[in-house]
Amino acid sequence: MAETPLTQNIQPDREPLALRDYQRAGGYQALRKALQEMDPQRIIAVVKDSKLRGRGGAGFPTGTKWSFVPQGEDAPQRKYLVANADEMEPGTFKDRLLMEGDPHQFVEALIISAYAIGAQTVYIFLRDEYRLAARHLERAIHEARAADLLGRDILGSGFAVDLHIHTSAGRYICGEETALLNALEGRRAIPRAKPPYPQQAGLWGWPTVVNNVETLCNVPHIVNRGAEWYRKLSRTEDGGTKLFGVSGHVNRPGCWELPMGTSMRELLEEHAGGMQAGYRFRGVLPGGGSTPFLVAEHLDLPLDFDHLAQAGSRLGTGTMVVLDDRTSLLGFLGNLEHFYAQESCGWCTPCRDGLPWVERVLAALARGEGQPGDIEMLHRHTRFLGPGKTFCAHAPGAMGPLESALKYFPEDFEAGIRQPVRTTLEAG
Amino acid sequence: MLSDEERRAIETEMSRYEHKRAASVDALKIIQRHRGWVDDAALRDAAELLGGSPAELDGVATFYNLIFRHPVGRHVILLCDSISCWICGYEPVHRELRERLGIAMGQTTPDGRFTLLPTACLGACDGAPVLLIDDDLHRNLTPGCLDTILANYD
Ligand SMILES: Cc1cc2nc3c(=O)[nH]c(=O)nc-3n(C[C@H](O)[C@H](O)[C@H](O)COP(=O)(O)O)c2cc1C
Ligand code: SF4
Ligand code: FES
Repeated sequence: MAETPLTQNIQPDREPLALRDYQRAGGYQALRKALQEMDPQRIIAVVKDSKLRGRGGAGFPTGTKWSFVPQGEDAPQRKYLVANADEMEPGTFKDRLLMEGDPHQFVEALIISAYAIGAQTVYIFLRDEYRLAARHLERAIHEARAADLLGRDILGSGFAVDLHIHTSAGRYICGEETALLNALEGRRAIPRAKPPYPQQAGLWGWPTVVNNVETLCNVPHIVNRGAEWYRKLSRTEDGGTKLFGVSGHVNRPGCWELPMGTSMRELLEEHAGGMQAGYRFRGVLPGGGSTPFLVAEHLDLPLDFDHLAQAGSRLGTGTMVVLDDRTSLLGFLGNLEHFYAQESCGWCTPCRDGLPWVERVLAALARGEGQPGDIEMLHRHTRFLGPGKTFCAHAPGAMGPLESALKYFPEDFEAGIRQPVRTTLEAG
Repeated sequence: MLSDEERRAIETEMSRYEHKRAASVDALKIIQRHRGWVDDAALRDAAELLGGSPAELDGVATFYNLIFRHPVGRHVILLCDSISCWICGYEPVHRELRERLGIAMGQTTPDGRFTLLPTACLGACDGAPVLLIDDDLHRNLTPGCLDTILANYD
């Protein structure tokens, strides 16, 4: 059996491990080791060496991100760690599992990560709808505090860190890391200009690291077992295991921890049980609603950051949405672009005005009422809203599925153009 | 006017941030928990407590879909309309809900029992289609199972 460090304590329909049982299963060993045997620089080096890459969507190497935080005498004295638990990417359901299923693992991860970057305060930025996760985390934080694993003088080491849950109130854009910082400061959640990056100037101007929940949950295991062990969990260059999910018309939709580099075919057929009877596979968004389509020819690709990028898509959050032959592609895209249009923060024009336009055209095509020129118009939008043209990555994310659908399924778009009614005059 | 209880709860939240204004969303949610929604008078008082203007706080309040600036029903139904739920049968469930409740998206039943709102992906796509009522997530919905679910909420 392959190892599943992140989900080893998680059993569906069972209460998560309380502090005592979590410790009995080896929990908080990594925290002890970190505080007693490792200085922060050493932890950052091990995380770098483990080849852990961010699980929030962009895949940025975590150790490298941490190393951008200014350290030393002259560095700003205050620093923050923020866990991005906003999980709102359509089709994504993995961070929920980690927080509901093993809250102490996440809390331990946060304390060690705060120690590594020198943060005195940690915020968990949690979406409001995750009520069960909030309850489980509150209990875990309370238990950890009572046991001196969190607070003023952790395990007698002198290290102090405070941990707060901030529950948000909706809006996808809050998950974008700079919009998230504005949200935490109590402002309207519109993204900030980069640079400066949060690691230099984040929350209230102090150095801040924003990491995804799953990313962080890897840290205690890397500290415990070392970088080499972690790299070897993977079948490819990127380290570790990954939570992969599948939804759509498959037999067993779900979320599994598997080696990084597992093939899409294995995931779909062995774990998700293949397509439901009467449905045929047509394509897949491999890592949430803003990742470009892949199709049957890609099924044997190893699922990792580099392989999917080479194939023109992204690993994203690793939770895939399957398109079948009985679901309308135009309806599918219309649903996604409706989401992106609605969730645009409205700050920049191409995104604010372009997305509703795309949504309207897709709706017309789906009704068979598209006009000549509509398909070119969609192509043009994929360029005008593409990378580098807007203030944040929201609009380019919205264009990923559309651009790839235009490439792989052009016939669906053509079928949506209204056939010209020929008048007698033209006919004559 | 904020009640003493609301005021105290907001002050506790303010102490968890470097600047008190950061507790804006927390304050709005505290008010909402007590009153069901955020009325103008409470918003004005909260703005003063947070050291900002009511207009600024309203700008924050109206940004969020889960802060209600209008009264809502006793139970808020959040029906996921994102991609996996849409693929797996959102539409028939939506139709049935509208008929059972006799209201459209965004409306409240005349008896004040339910408000029906759309929501983005609830992070439970393996159980699509799903909805959230108050704190309870309901998965693998079919039009036929709605009666039993709704009966739990008066
Ligand atoms: C529109 C938008 C929404 C995002 N939503 C999330 C989210 O809900 N959760 C998340 O972890 N990252 C989200 N991200 C990515 C974050 O900006 C950021 O890259 C990530 O939290 C960094 O963590 P990582 O390095 O651990 O992956 C979003 C990005 C964009 C552009
Ligand atoms: S791309 Fe869209 S979401 Fe991002 S800043 Fe511009 S308007 Fe806002
Ligand atoms: S799409 Fe409905 S829960 Fe994810």
